[in-house]
Amino acid sequence: MAIKPASQAFIAAGVVGAMLALTFASKPLYDTFCRVTGFGGTTRVATEAPDRVLERTVNVRFDANVSDAPIQFRPSQVNFDVALGLHSLASYEVVNYSDSDISVIASYNVTPHTAGRYFNKLECFCFEERVLKAGERKTLPVVFFVSPDLDDDPLMKTLSTITLSYTFYQTDDFEGATKSAALANTVARP
Amino acid sequence: MPMDEVALDHAHDDHDHKPGFFVRWFMSTNHKDIGTLYLIFALIAGIVGYALSGLIRWELASPEIGPLMGMMEFFYGLEGDAAREQAKQFYNTVITYHGLIMIFFMVMPALIGGFGNWFVPLMIGAPDMAFPRMNNISFWLTVAGFALLIMSMFVPSGNGGNGFGGGWVLYPPLSGLKGHSGPAMDLVILSLHTVGIASILGAINFIVTILNMRAPGMTMHKMPLFAWSILVTAALLLLALPVLAGALTMLLTDRNFGSQFFVPEGGGDPIMFQHLFWFFGHPEVYIMILPGFGIVSHIISTFSKKPIFGYLGMAYAMVAIGVIGFIVWAHHMYTVGMPVDMKAYFVAATMVIAVPTGIKIFSWIATMWGGSITFAVPMQWAIGFIFLFTLGGVTGVVLANAGVDHALHDTYYVVAHFHYVLSLGAVFALFAGWYYWFEKMFGVKYNSFLGAVHFWITFIGSNMIFFPQHFLGLNGMPRRYIDYHPAYEYWHYWSSVGYAVSAVGTLIFFVAMAEALIRRRKAEANPWGEGATTLEWTLPSPPPFHQYNTLPRVTETDDH
Repeated sequence: MAIKPASQAFIAAGVVGAMLALTFASKPLYDTFCRVTGFGGTTRVATEAPDRVLERTVNVRFDANVSDAPIQFRPSQVNFDVALGLHSLASYEVVNYSDSDISVIASYNVTPHTAGRYFNKLECFCFEERVLKAGERKTLPVVFFVSPDLDDDPLMKTLSTITLSYTFYQTDDFEGATKSAALANTVARP
Repeated sequence: MPMDEVALDHAHDDHDHKPGFFVRWFMSTNHKDIGTLYLIFALIAGIVGYALSGLIRWELASPEIGPLMGMMEFFYGLEGDAAREQAKQFYNTVITYHGLIMIFFMVMPALIGGFGNWFVPLMIGAPDMAFPRMNNISFWLTVAGFALLIMSMFVPSGNGGNGFGGGWVLYPPLSGLKGHSGPAMDLVILSLHTVGIASILGAINFIVTILNMRAPGMTMHKMPLFAWSILVTAALLLLALPVLAGALTMLLTDRNFGSQFFVPEGGGDPIMFQHLFWFFGHPEVYIMILPGFGIVSHIISTFSKKPIFGYLGMAYAMVAIGVIGFIVWAHHMYTVGMPVDMKAYFVAATMVIAVPTGIKIFSWIATMWGGSITFAVPMQWAIGFIFLFTLGGVTGVVLANAGVDHALHDTYYVVAHFHYVLSLGAVFALFAGWYYWFEKMFGVKYNSFLGAVHFWITFIGSNMIFFPQHFLGLNGMPRRYIDYHPAYEYWHYWSSVGYAVSAVGTLIFFVAMAEALIRRRKAEANPWGEGATTLEWTLPSPPPFHQYNTLPRVTETDDH
């Protein structure tokens, strides 16, 4: 062996360091990968509407979820057909039914996941923290279009429905959110 | 060079001069002593892990939450619903710690730390490991990691009760602040970090030892297959464990320092943890089984009195398994919602692993073919291993299909599959190695009748535990549930009876060990005769404290 044993050990330690670095690098890589490929139903953010509108339509369905927050959240419409390339407006309605102000944030994706890269949002309420006052009711608009490029994708030939889904999370500390902890207290700590 | 003479003189001087008890066992730098320590440690951890699985089978022997609720009433003075809730959390922690202990503190220390330390240097003709002090650190870090894990069982989980109950895979959000906000999960992370560092240091040690310290004339292609298996395992550890360490560190900062790697409301993605975890987790299953492959190869060859069939194919099949093991991880997560093309890739890549594995299985059979076979105790375990591992491998090919897996994901079918390859595969290889090298390591003979009884009862018992679990899984019994519909009772009951049978087997194991240690029949240097050709059999049993003062020479005619 040309390489000294001690150097081999350091090379091996270097491999460990490199793998560790790669693990942390996977976070931005994973995010970029999802954004670029639409993996996991990650949608696109667009700044301008497309230049062509096709005759083919897809049915867009709207889904709303709440993760452990004292709010009611629902779409104002169940679904509608949109022509590929046509930009459309949909809206959601959110109500804070608690008696304190809370801040919330929404995450989102579309299914089927493979349609993510064709689903473009021009305007959206997502990924922006917002405060809902006690008892406040708000209408949240989404402006989107389904890219006409979808029609050229052979894998999307049979696609007729896309579901846009949002989940609201509460981001501040709220008594209701810790209800699981309160429940736990009813069980005596051993 | 004068240096050499001095070293040789010194080595000659303390040929069999052993240090005092404390220095020898607590500050050990001797690969054989450290190997023994690892084996004792794995035995103790194994008893703990085995007892935990006993609690699982006890609870699941009949529907409705029973025995564990009784335990909560007895130990904590809880009553009614409080006891039931506590029993659920306790059950979750039991399955979690059973998995973690068996993987990180039983199979890995026994196969890699125990047999690896003992026999890699002996087989390649080296006086010791390359970095004996690092070896010592590895062992004691493993012990420290175990202590941390046991501690974590007894500190608050954060959602009522003690311990972390999210399964050995540690998925967020269960392992995050929302699932387990208490210190139990932090201790689990710390424990795995500690044992991870121990394994990485051990892996570096093995790689450097194997690359540099082979006896003159022993080229890589003449090296015994067990040394090959440990080399591949060490490489896998080096590449896989840092990924676990990284993922766990992210989890740690998510929990304690406000980062949001896996928190969806902060823009993180819990699925990414699954990707990182299984990028480690899949190689990890090969880390657990490859040393077993190495051991079984030697045993099959020894007791067939033939060199192993297709030596090079066997060595490179292990390399291939190791390489492919890194590109199949997402077959553990078919249900997270990945595109069908991606599933198709992971299905195909996973099935490719059956090829090198098949090479190994068929080469073992070809080694036995036409051999002059003796069914000594280690051979029984080794053949048992081949049979059971193949069975587990076949259900693995079934589960590799994404379509099938969607139905069977997280059912007892999966539990049965991985217990066939690990509990019945890796553990049978472990016992095979134990009975193969027992005389060599400890210098006394065991009673082969007791060894055979141990084998047959364990064989029957563990098959009784796990074979019915295929039926349960196919009928939809989910994993990790404390209770079930009475429709599942029949096979659950027999599975628990199987545990009782295997417990008798374990008892006989301890009887056999006690018998061997009390009777102290003098061991032979090579009890297995002409079939045992590797270098460790050229030494007396037990080998001297320092061996190979004159390095053995491997000649052209020597076979593997």
